[in-house]
Order: sequence, then structure tokens, then C-alpha cells
Amino acid sequence: MPDLLIELFSEEIPARMQKRAGEDLQKRITDGLVEAGLTYASAAAFTTPRRLCLTVEGVVGESPTLREERKGPRADAPEKAIEGFLRGAGLTRDQVVTRPTPKGNVLFAVIEKPGRPAADIIAEVLAQTVRDFPWPKSMRWGSGALKWVRPLQSILCILADEAGAQVVPGDVDGIAFGDTTEGHRFMAPGRFSVTSFEDYEAKLKRSFVVLDSQARAETIWHDATNAAFASGLGVVEDAGLLAEVAGLVEWPVVLMGEIGSDFLDLPAEVLQTSMKEHQKFFSVRNPKSGQIERFVTVANRETADNGATILAGNEKVLSARLADAKFFWENDLRVAKSDMSIWTQALENVTFHNRLGSQADRIGRIAALARDLAPVVGADADMAEEAARLAKADLSSEMVYEFPELQGLMGRYYIEASGRDAAIAAAAEDHYSPLGPSDKVPTAPVSVAVALADKLDTLTGFWAIDEKPTGSKDPFALRRAALGVIRLILDNGLTLPLGGTFGPHAWSDNLLAFFHDRLKVYLRDQGIRHDVIDACIAMEGNDDLTLLVNRARALSATLATDDGENLIQGFKRANNILSQAEAADGVEYSFGADRKYAETDEERALFDALDQADARIVPAMDAQDFATAMAAMAALRGPIDAFFEAVQINTDAQTVRRNRLNLLSRIRTLCLSVADLSKIDG
Amino acid sequence: MSDTVSTPRSFQEIILRLQTYWATKGCAILQPYDMEVGAGTFHPATTLRSLGDQPWAAAYVQPSRRPTDGRYGENPNRLQHYYQYQVLIKPSPPDLQDLYLGSLEAIGVDMALHDIRFVEDDWESPTLGAWGLGWEVWCDGMEVSQFTYFQQVGGHDCHPVSGELTYGLERLAMYILGVDHVMDMPFNDPQTPIPLTYGDIFKQTEEEYARWNFDVANTDVLLRQFEEAEAECEKILSQDHVDPKTGKRIVMAHPAYDQCIKASHMFNLLDARGVISVTERQAYIGRVRALAKQCADAFVQTRAGGWTPEGAA
Repeated sequence: MPDLLIELFSEEIPARMQKRAGEDLQKRITDGLVEAGLTYASAAAFTTPRRLCLTVEGVVGESPTLREERKGPRADAPEKAIEGFLRGAGLTRDQVVTRPTPKGNVLFAVIEKPGRPAADIIAEVLAQTVRDFPWPKSMRWGSGALKWVRPLQSILCILADEAGAQVVPGDVDGIAFGDTTEGHRFMAPGRFSVTSFEDYEAKLKRSFVVLDSQARAETIWHDATNAAFASGLGVVEDAGLLAEVAGLVEWPVVLMGEIGSDFLDLPAEVLQTSMKEHQKFFSVRNPKSGQIERFVTVANRETADNGATILAGNEKVLSARLADAKFFWENDLRVAKSDMSIWTQALENVTFHNRLGSQADRIGRIAALARDLAPVVGADADMAEEAARLAKADLSSEMVYEFPELQGLMGRYYIEASGRDAAIAAAAEDHYSPLGPSDKVPTAPVSVAVALADKLDTLTGFWAIDEKPTGSKDPFALRRAALGVIRLILDNGLTLPLGGTFGPHAWSDNLLAFFHDRLKVYLRDQGIRHDVIDACIAMEGNDDLTLLVNRARALSATLATDDGENLIQGFKRANNILSQAEAADGVEYSFGADRKYAETDEERALFDALDQADARIVPAMDAQDFATAMAAMAALRGPIDAFFEAVQINTDAQTVRRNRLNLLSRIRTLCLSVADLSKIDG
Repeated sequence: MSDTVSTPRSFQEIILRLQTYWATKGCAILQPYDMEVGAGTFHPATTLRSLGDQPWAAAYVQPSRRPTDGRYGENPNRLQHYYQYQVLIKPSPPDLQDLYLGSLEAIGVDMALHDIRFVEDDWESPTLGAWGLGWEVWCDGMEVSQFTYFQQVGGHDCHPVSGELTYGLERLAMYILGVDHVMDMPFNDPQTPIPLTYGDIFKQTEEEYARWNFDVANTDVLLRQFEEAEAECEKILSQDHVDPKTGKRIVMAHPAYDQCIKASHMFNLLDARGVISVTERQAYIGRVRALAKQCADAFVQTRAGGWTPEGAA
């Protein structure tokens, strides 16, 4: 069975789009083949900056013949009915057959769809794939109407077997399918023909093109780390940059260069960001000093001077870039050391949100809130307020204007340079955290105060103007902010009831419910069931997340035990009987179970057990020691089971019945004092 | 072929070689537009001629002004007045990349020693209501040109598509000539009896304009001129297509576009004076874009823009 080879050769494809494009090509072509009845053995896609390639092995030679039978009217039906049937089937009277059936002689049309050669199907599927290709952004060129990511220059499409290779006849908007391609733009210009995937890959290699992006990435990483190692240095890992660079070259050549000594005292993050963002350089670090001392750039060709000209050029460009960065750094340091209020004042002219005021307005609110929160988190109130006032000052700095991703970090450097307390500087860097479920959570009190204030102001503010997340839309990242608050509170064990007032914006039950939803998602990932959380949310003090989660964890642990699981059954049984009796009798059995009316040992044992449990649970609950309380509750499982086993609740003796119902009520009251067990599933 | 090309000796030699190269490739070599513009793209030979179905091939040097980039001639790479070399070919030829690389060779870039790369860069001009896809071209890590396939200009889809090349001449020339500070770059041949550097010609003007742009320009006057240009542009475009005096159909797209250019430059000057807030900025850009769109609408009503009596009928 033949193998199919496709190459879509174009002008340079953006690096970030290549991987996905290879996957889309493979999916669309193979889906199209299978849909048309062509099976295949295996397929693989490859990408370089100038080509998408797909190899499909073992494609069947043609699609199977399909036979369809259609039942028509009886042979003696009116002429009109028969005519209609023939028209629908596209046949004449002598092309249909008559067969006896229990309903008499009936006409049958047998329609055969003959199989089609693979080449015809491939040509159609390929043309369709090219026309509908899902590029994130595509364009027209010249006078044509075809759209591609950049001008599409040639299409290679061959079917190859032992007998040789055949071009699949076809075209897309005037680009005829052929069997030729090009190698490296500069090192091996000119077209050549290929006869199979192996031939294609080998000839490309001879023409200075490594087809497999993974292989290019491995070469780059291997050569870069070797070059650094030889100088006693190490390359700073960056998987995203590696993938991008592998998508910018067909023939990677690693070159290691020097960073001008004037720039080595810039913060490492500034060097790294500038080199990566502007030049796509890897940073090379001295493991002894931790300093970034050199860079690695990846050229797309070999040269007679072993890259000397290329490297000199890159070093020159880097010097110009770093001269800018140094200029920003020095200007910023001057401001930081003299008067940072220039920066905070500038934020008065920066709109945060047109209904929530300027950045300066927002910072004022955060500062007041950080001050209020300070005692809760164990921070000094003055320090928390000052930290909040300065935490976003770096947004006005030249460095952050140039590199927004350095916000916070530059704030820390500049506040340190201003001679302020290290805790205030740290808060500038940390207050954006945590940014996700696995990002580290600040623990230094001042940082925690500012981080909480920042997020709570954002949440209450957007809630106040009714800009809540809906469905997949969360433009202000409010879910992330809520998760941040949750993690800050839990990881630091803070007692911070959210129902309190935070700044000028009112708290709302709706916002608390939003927090509870986020909490469920967060705890679900930690293996705590949603019904367990619901059982705890139903309790008093559910705006104290530390309390809520302690309760949920204890309940979850209890339910994981045999006693706990069975206790739930006992509780539910008691609750059901009680609810039914209460509904029937129109009273609430809530008080007055008396030991003297107990008739059986099991009843008396339950009285004893409840007394003991009460004695343990009440002080434990007062101390918020949920584990002890729930262990005491779970210990009731035996007496409750024995009670139900031996005792009939509904007896004719009304005093005894009432007493037993009141006893069940004690079970209910006791259990519900720990968590709302009625919310537990099963 | 690369070793037969000599290294140019001056800034002007690079410009002359580009002119010769693109002339031999069939471009009409135009002269700079006689108004202040922020980039070569603003020249009507690009903005307006990229619209409509008429073929076009032009190349030219365009002095460009970016008041906010002024550094009193002290920064080695930044100028408030600099030169762009601009090529626009419609429809974009299939070998435009090769033509472009040929131009680099022509000005002395040895392809065997340098690393040339096409790095994704989508171009957008909010003031012109224009966008396109293409690359910044890197030579040894330095951006030397902007390469764009125009998709839309003045809100109109480009059919056919124009290919646009923009060379930042000073930066490119500094690299080829091995100069570290723009003001040290030889403007004419250094062997000539009166050699002139870029600084001899432009150091003084950079200082003068930086002072005026940043601190002296009368913002009331600039603001009034912006509004006058805006009003004039709209007035021109509101005229009947048929000239009552000659009875001819004359759509005044170019005079209107001049006013759009003027408004755009006034905005840039106001911006450099620091009197435009972040929120106002967007509003001003929107006003210039509205003018550019109306000019584009008018241009496609002209013969150069593809209008025909038959098509209109």
C-alpha cells in the first residue's frame, strides 16, 4: 500500500503557530481520508519555519465500493408512483429489479457507488484542508483570494510505493501539486524532487534543513549547555524560549557571546528579560556567583568565519538594548532614592476602571484596607499601609513601562534602594501572589496584608459595579483573585471573617457565595467532596474560611472511617423518622427526653452515650477542635445502631413514643451542632 | 555574486544603491512627500495607492518625524527626524522576499556571513485604520526592515494585496558602515575634499527641534491647527464630485488627505508636549483614523483608485 507525503511550503510561518499547525494538518487530512473510506496505518506531522509536512503510511489504494438498496413501490403501482421512485434513484425502468415479497412483487433499485482511487480523494481533501486551514491569523497576497498564514509558495503531494512515486494530480487556486521542494534559503538554494518521506528527509538534511522541530530543539539545548559547560557556566532553562527558537531556524547553530561588562551589574531578571524578549537569547549563568554573564543566540546558518560576524552583530545589538535598560534602571534608581511619590502621583492619571477610579484612587483604598487588616495578619499597621502605598509605584517606572512582566520585582529593587524596610520592599514583589493554585503564597505579614487588601478591593469593587465573571468570561481575573484570597487565608491560618466590611465597597452574600464556589473547586482538587463542603457551609461562621475548611477537613476524615460512614446512616434514619413524626403530629420533638421512661438497655445505653458525647463535643466545639468533636460524634455509631436494632420507636404507649422521639432529637441536635449532615450524599 | 559587491562608504551611497536597485527592478523612484509625516507609509504613494485595483510599483526615501523620539542628538540610535526607505508593489510579486534580499546584497550585506531572519511581526496603524501581516527582518539579531503584506487600509480590504518594505535607513547604514553613534556616520564619501558626517548635518537640528518639540511649541496653536485641518479635510470631502466650474468629475482625495496628514502630525507634536492624557490619546487617534477612512473612501472614487464610469453605472 502506498505512502502519502504532503508538504506545504510557504514564506516564514510564525514560530508560535507551527506546532498547532502540524497537528491541525495531520488531523484534517487523516480525518478527511477516513471519512471518504481511505484507511491508513500511521501518520506523523513535522514543521519548520517554512514548511508543514505530513507523512501518512499505508494508505489503501482506493475506497471500497458501496452498495445501497432502495425499496420502491409494488410493480403494479400507478405509473406516477413508479416514475417518482425511478427519478429519485436516478435509474430507468429496466435498471430496477422486481422481487417477490409478502406484499407482492415490489420494485428494488440497487445503487452502486464505485470505489474511488486514493489520489482523487487525497486531492480533494488536501485542497479543502488548505482552503479551510484554521490559522489563528491568515492573509491574502498578490492578486489571489486564497488565504494562508503567509504566502503559500508550493505544494508537494506524492503517493509512493515500491514501484515509485506519483504526483497526486490536483491544485489549490493555481498552485499545482508537485514533487519538489527547497532546502535552506541561504545554504542550499534551488528546488529538488523527492520520491518518498525517507528521501525527502534525507535530502532536506543534505540541504541544511532539520525537519523535526524536536530534533532542532534537542540540538540547540545540547550545544548550548555544552558551550556553557566548557566555560564553567550553565544555561538558564526556558522551555518556551527553546520551542520558539527551534521554530525560527531550519539549521540551528549555537553561538555564545559576551555581555558588555558595563551591564553585568543590572539585576539578573532585567538582563534575562531584555535578552529574551528583544533578542530571543538564552541567559548563561555563573553557578558560583549566580550572575548572568553571557548569552547564547541561535543562528540559522553556518558561515566561513564560524559565526564571528553574526556574533559580533548580536553583541552590538545587545549592547544597544542593554544601554536602554541601564538608562531606565539608573533613571529609576534616581527617582527611587529621591522621591518615589513622583511615581505614585503619576498614577492619578492612569485609569484603573472608569467606574472604579484611577490607579491612585485604588491604591488609596488598598492602603486603608491593608492598615485595617494588619492586626489580623500580625503586621505593623503603619508598615502595611506604607507598603500598600508603594507596592504599585513601579508601574510608573521606565523599566516596567518597557518590560511590564517585571512589575512588582522592580518595585522591590526600587524600594530597597530607597532605604525602606525590607518587609515593605518584599510586599511590592509578593502582593500580586498567589497567581494560581500552585503559585507560592506570601507568608510575611506585611506582604499578606497588602496581597489580601489588593485582592479584596478588586473583588468588592467589581462586585459593587456588577462586573462579575460569567461563564468563561472573567476579564478582570476575579476568580483568580478569589482563589488568591482563599489561599492567603488558609495557608496562613488566618481568622478573617469575610462578612466584615472591606473598604468603601459593601460586602454581599452573592460575593460570599462566589467565594464558596471557588473554595469548592479548590478543595475538590484536594479530594474533599462538594457535599462535605456544603454540610460545612450550612453552619454558622461560614465566612471564616479557616474555620470552614478545618470543619470540612475533619468531617471528610471522619466520613472516611467506618464509624463515620455508618453514623451518617444512623443520623439519616433518626432524622427521617423524626421528620415524619413531626409532620404527622404537627409538633417539634426537641426537648425533654428522659432516662426514666427508657424501657430497654439499648435505650439507656444511648442516653449514656449521648451524655458522654455532649460532654466531649461542647468544649471541643467551643475550642473549634473539630477532630475531637467529630470523633466523639462518630463514637455514637455503635449505640445508635444497637438502638435501632432493638427498639421500635412507634409504640402504643404515647409517653414512651414521645420520649424516644425526643431521644432521636438529641441525636439530630448533637450531629447538627458539628455540621449539617443532612447535606451529605448517600 | 556577494563578493563582487563592495561595501558602501557613506550613508548617501546606501541610499543611492537602493534607488538604483529598485529602479532596475521596475519601481518608479519617487521623491519624498513634501509634508511632515511620521513614517514612509503616510506618503500618499503608499497609503492611497495601496487601495483599488490599479497596479503600482514605487520606491522613495521619506524623511520622517517622531517628535517624542528626540534626544537632542545625544542618543546614538534615536532621532526625532530620520529617513525611511519605502517600497510598495501592488500586486505583491511572488518573489518579493528574494527581491528584498537582493536589495540587502546590493547595499553590501554579504549573505554568506550574516544571519538573515524573518521574524513574525504584525503591522497595524491605528491612525490609518490599516493592518497587514509580515515580519521584521533581522540581520544578526538587529531589526533592519519591516516587511508587510497590506490587508486593509483606511478600513478598505486591499484587493490586490500590496507588498510593503520599510527600511530604517540610519540604523541599517550604521550597521553596514560599522558606526556606533549615528552622528559619527559619514553622510557623503569620507575621502571627499569636504567630508560631512550625519552629525555635521543634523546634530544642530536635532537639538533645536528637541527643545521646540518638548518645551516651546505653542500647544494652543497646535490644537487649533489640528482642528482646522480636521475641519478642512471634512469640508473638502463634502464637496460634490462634479466640479461646478469645469463640469469635470474631480474627487479631491489628495488635498483632503494632506489635511489628514497635517492633523496626524499636530497630534504627534501635542503628544511630545505631554498635554495629551492617556484617555484623550485614544480619542485623538480615533479622530485621525476617521479622516484617513474618509480619504480612503474618496480615493476609491477616483480613477487612480479604480473608479470607472462603467463600474459606477
